[in-house]
Amino acid sequence: MVLTVSNVTKTIPQSGLEKPILDQVSLQLDAGKSLALTGESGSGKSTLLHLIGALDGFDGGEIQIDGCPLSALDDGSRSALRRSKVSIVFQQFNIIPSLDVAANISLHAKLAKRHDPQWDTELVRRLGLSPLMSRYPEQLSGGQQQRVAIARALAMRPKLLLADEPTGSLDEETGDAVLALMLELVAESQTALFLVTHSPGIAAVLDQQLHLSNGRLT
Amino acid sequence: MTRAALVALLSHWRQHHFQLGVLILGLALATALWMAVQAINTQARSSYAKAEGYVQQFDMPGLVSTSNSLRVSDYVALKRAGWALSPMLEGRMRRAGQSIDIIGVDLLTTPRISGAVPSATEAETGELLLSMLRSPEGLLMHPDTAAAVSEAFADARIHLTTEVPNGRAIGDISTVSRLLDEPEKLTRLIYLGQGQPSLTALRALPDHIQFEATGTSPIDPGSLTESFHLNLTAFGFLSFVVGLFIVQGTVGLAMEQRRGLFRTLRCLGLPFRNLILILVIEISIIALTSACIGLIIGYFLATALLPGVAVTLSGLYGVQVENSLTVRPEWILSGLAMTLLGAAIASGYAFYSLWRLPILQAPSTQARGQQILRNFNGWALTGAGLLGLGCLSLLLWGGLNGGFVFLGCIMLGTALLLPFCLWHILRIGQRLTPHPLGHWLWADARAQLPGLSLALMALMLALATNIGVGTMVSSFRLTFSEWLDQRLSSELYVTARDDTQGAALLHWLEVRDLRVLPIRSQVLQQPTGQITIYGVRDDPTYRDNWPMLEAQPKVWDQLADGQGILVSEQLARRADLSLGDRIELPQGWPNRVLGIYSDYGNPHGQAIVSMPQLLRNAPEAPNQRFGLRMDLDEIPNLIKDLQEVFDLERENITEQGKIKAASKRIFDQTFGVTDSLKLLTLGVASFAIFTSLATLWSQRLPQLGPVWAMGVSRRTLAMIDILRSLLMAALTALLALPLGLVLSWALLVVINTEAFGWRLPVYLFPLDWLWLTSLSLLAALLAALLPAWRLFRLQPSELLKVFSSER
Amino acid sequence: MNVSRFLFCLCLLTPTPGFAQGFAGLGTEAEGFAIPSPSHRLQFPRDHGAHPDFRIEWWYLTANLEGENGEEYGIQWTLFRSALAPGEAKGWQSPQIWMGHAGLTSATEHFSAERLARGGIGQAGVSLAPFEAWIDDWQMTGTDDLSQLDLTANGGSFSYALKAEAEGPLVLQGAQGYSVKSPEGQASYYYSQPEYRMEGVLTLPSGPVAVRGDGWLDREWSSQPLSENQSGWDWFSLRFDSGDKLMGFVLRGANGANDFRSGTWISADGEVTPLQPGAFQAVPLAQVMVGDKTIPVRWEVHLPDREVFVTVEALNPQSWMDVSFAYWEGPVTISGSHSGKGYLEMTGYE
Repeated sequence: MVLTVSNVTKTIPQSGLEKPILDQVSLQLDAGKSLALTGESGSGKSTLLHLIGALDGFDGGEIQIDGCPLSALDDGSRSALRRSKVSIVFQQFNIIPSLDVAANISLHAKLAKRHDPQWDTELVRRLGLSPLMSRYPEQLSGGQQQRVAIARALAMRPKLLLADEPTGSLDEETGDAVLALMLELVAESQTALFLVTHSPGIAAVLDQQLHLSNGRLT
Repeated sequence: MTRAALVALLSHWRQHHFQLGVLILGLALATALWMAVQAINTQARSSYAKAEGYVQQFDMPGLVSTSNSLRVSDYVALKRAGWALSPMLEGRMRRAGQSIDIIGVDLLTTPRISGAVPSATEAETGELLLSMLRSPEGLLMHPDTAAAVSEAFADARIHLTTEVPNGRAIGDISTVSRLLDEPEKLTRLIYLGQGQPSLTALRALPDHIQFEATGTSPIDPGSLTESFHLNLTAFGFLSFVVGLFIVQGTVGLAMEQRRGLFRTLRCLGLPFRNLILILVIEISIIALTSACIGLIIGYFLATALLPGVAVTLSGLYGVQVENSLTVRPEWILSGLAMTLLGAAIASGYAFYSLWRLPILQAPSTQARGQQILRNFNGWALTGAGLLGLGCLSLLLWGGLNGGFVFLGCIMLGTALLLPFCLWHILRIGQRLTPHPLGHWLWADARAQLPGLSLALMALMLALATNIGVGTMVSSFRLTFSEWLDQRLSSELYVTARDDTQGAALLHWLEVRDLRVLPIRSQVLQQPTGQITIYGVRDDPTYRDNWPMLEAQPKVWDQLADGQGILVSEQLARRADLSLGDRIELPQGWPNRVLGIYSDYGNPHGQAIVSMPQLLRNAPEAPNQRFGLRMDLDEIPNLIKDLQEVFDLERENITEQGKIKAASKRIFDQTFGVTDSLKLLTLGVASFAIFTSLATLWSQRLPQLGPVWAMGVSRRTLAMIDILRSLLMAALTALLALPLGLVLSWALLVVINTEAFGWRLPVYLFPLDWLWLTSLSLLAALLAALLPAWRLFRLQPSELLKVFSSER
Repeated sequence: MNVSRFLFCLCLLTPTPGFAQGFAGLGTEAEGFAIPSPSHRLQFPRDHGAHPDFRIEWWYLTANLEGENGEEYGIQWTLFRSALAPGEAKGWQSPQIWMGHAGLTSATEHFSAERLARGGIGQAGVSLAPFEAWIDDWQMTGTDDLSQLDLTANGGSFSYALKAEAEGPLVLQGAQGYSVKSPEGQASYYYSQPEYRMEGVLTLPSGPVAVRGDGWLDREWSSQPLSENQSGWDWFSLRFDSGDKLMGFVLRGANGANDFRSGTWISADGEVTPLQPGAFQAVPLAQVMVGDKTIPVRWEVHLPDREVFVTVEALNPQSWMDVSFAYWEGPVTISGSHSGKGYLEMTGYE
């Protein structure tokens, strides 16, 4: 299993009380598979993605990525894990404003010491980014930015790709095209995809669907 | 509505104590430094103005003697010929180891005496002056002068008044002629007539007397000390500008953070004009508060620095500054005005952007690379233009003013060039760095540049000024102490009470087989100013040590033969003399220039002839001072003998070492002042960097978030943050170095030569630069520490907010 | 008032700031200065010279002159000596201070000028054999017996050069030159030459005027001429057409009472009679404002013994000497029982 989530609980302090956001959540995801998590606004689906991405800590249960339990890791090791195994695509602000497109795409791969220029070129070609390589993020449209984010995420060949409403800020047509490309590339590279979306239409395209409601999977 | 809105806006500061503190402290610091420097400058200037005014009031049209031979009989003859004149006798005397410029006037006929007590009634003034006429030695003196010398005037009635400048005394001509032992001599006859004297009257003047329309006062503290004050003002202004950067940053941040609040208030119907009004009121309150705090800090700062400045000025430039600070309305007002104005300028940009950007639009936090580059290019162009203008002004205009314009243009121009240069350096660095994080570091530094550029400019100016002023002061010290070593080659200096004792002393010393170098001189009043001509014996002391700048071959042999004269650098520059030229002197003096020597710190012209030539032309030259070449071990015994045999006071016998120690002390004071100012400006610059970083903080997260998400820990990010600050500071320091050197050059070679009449060699002090660079790195480190610490401790949820659309 | 003027005012005439009492503080202690003695006999020409052991001394010449067209003028030439301390010393150390006053009056104009000088350096002084009194470029020179004098003086806009020739002997005022000035016994040495024939040229802004007329020289020295409670004086020198002359003065008591009046009658044939105390009477008839001061410029002068009942009226009421210590001094015309001309000096008016 690339990803195992077992009985994960997360609370946040609110008005002096501990308010549960995630309650006994468990799931599994295998390499090359894709999973869509749907739910209402505030249901905790982004939080779950952050926990899986080792971006935030949790209060109970366990998450294993590629067999590695997150609860035992300190901040540095979590960073190392993210660096080498997990890629995240957020709804927006994924790429680094001060670097051009080429540098953005290769950055994560280089950090993971897995930079493969040929794979970069392939990704760029497939995502149609070739003419944009020397541009800066501010000079890109939203769709182009998200394609750069996907290229950057896949360029380091992650075990697990986490995507949080990756097409949420795009119009439907662009969003669909970006999503289709992403799924195609994920499948080819045997990457496990964990995707958070509120759109049942998008969720339906993926291998597996889970729904989160009030912190519980249904 | 407005009131409610003001309360709402002010509530911001309740949540942001730290920010408010920074804002107030920044403004207060800037104000304090500015005011301290202002206070010192006004204090010193008012002292000069007093001195100058004092000189000027006697510096009216008058009759002078070209050969310094104005006698009382001349005065009487001219008076009886109908000239309206008032006599003056000026001189210098030493008492209690202090030299005092003493002016004697005829209290009956002098045009005005402002030396009296200003607050006194006419009757009291009259009584005072009357008592000066009556009492054997009634003298007006500044309390500071009197405190130092009054014991040496045990027989005199000293009247204290702050109207007389420190270091001077004024008395009736009868008193002064007796004190100076010059019953027959006068130095000047003030012309009291209406309009110009008639041609007939002028033609009837004796040959040795001429009319001088406006006197040339021998003392001109204005240009002498201007460069010193320039340094102080530069420091003060610099600190102030840096302070403004702080304010600009903080105000910008506060505006940014309250954008939501502004939006809400506007939606509630607050007119834009009222919003601006409220913000103006707010910033005014803050500025006034800061100004008051700054004023207090500034006062104490000035009080702490003033003694050093006073010692420096009196030691280096011979200008007396009153040692106690008086609170003057002008510097308080100027400080308040500067603070308000500064706050207005600094917050102007924030207001402007508030006005420019539609209120409902969220501010962009993205670095707009191309736009920024265009800005930087524009600045760089302006900067280059200023550099050109500065060079032009130096070449075409020249002089002291040209020098100052050059300095200003170079400093401002280079500051404007800084962001452009840094941008390109960072770009090159980025290209050359293969490591991904390193690559990102350069790129990120570039992204930070717009927010930091003002602070970095401030840092660069502070560093450059420090290098420039430091180099000047150190060069001065080095040159001066070398020169002192050369000039003060005798081990002991003895001054006899009068010529008779002088002759006896000389005989006594020569009998004991001591090498004696008599120091005899004659002061000549020339149309170009005063020249003191010394006579020297032919002695290896001079041949070996005298600080010659240029000389003809066998100069000392020629001098001993009476074939010519040596002139000081100042005199040579003033009269435009080079080797072999003839200097204008009364008949009989050797006048061919054989050599030019350095004579630092002396505003008057000086020259040297052989002793026989001096005595031939000025047989009456005082014979009272002697330099003695001897073993150091024998000095104490000799001093004892001298005191016993000749009943000389201890102050008449000076060891060379003591003179040198005294001058070293003066330099150390100067260094104390300069060092304090160095640290203060660097401190303020570092504070500016800190506030800029703090302001940039909220804009940093979108830059950092993605990198963090890619698996770079917060610790690493914090380290990189510090590293980046150091990198920026180091680059800035690197660029500040050439500017500092140009500054040193301008101060030493251009300004100094113009202001003082001598050129100082430029010595370089690389260790100082290293020290300064380390200091600025330390400053950058301190400035970066807190933001880095905040980053290190940042909750992931804060970073995650970057990616949500709530921002 | 500039400081040096003020200063002179004080130093010339007072050692203490008791300015208010007595005009220019003349009424003060002697402080080591010599004091006139009634038994002393004057000797000439020696006493024409300076007496540095006395505090104050003057050479004082006034003249009533007439231009060729009948226009009337008056001139004054005065050299004052004032000592800071008794005695003389060389050069700047001399305690003597000299002051010259020159006045020129017509019916419509009045000019005054002043010179100040230090003693000891030769800028001002009085020497004998031949007689010479000078300050700066002003001088009065002549024969040792003062029978012939040349005098010159100038101010900003006027000057004069006159010759004087005595037509009679010197007159010793008071008791053989010992002139009592108060009931307390203050006194001065005082002699005059009341009869000079004058001739010369006045230079006015409008041009030179040739004049002739009569002059009167007063010489006086003392150390404490006023008593403590005297505030000023009114001094008359009157020359009647009959040939008789009258010198009379009133030393005014500080409180408006106790005036001390004295004088000398010099008859046409040269007989000199000191007046009895109180015989001379002068009563102001009319006053004018001169600057901010009220000055009597018309007087009734009575000397019943000699049947003199005359009105004395200023030629120019604005004859104000605007000098260090200012006073009124100018020519007068006499009418009534006698007619004639003269000079009037009034000091101490506040």
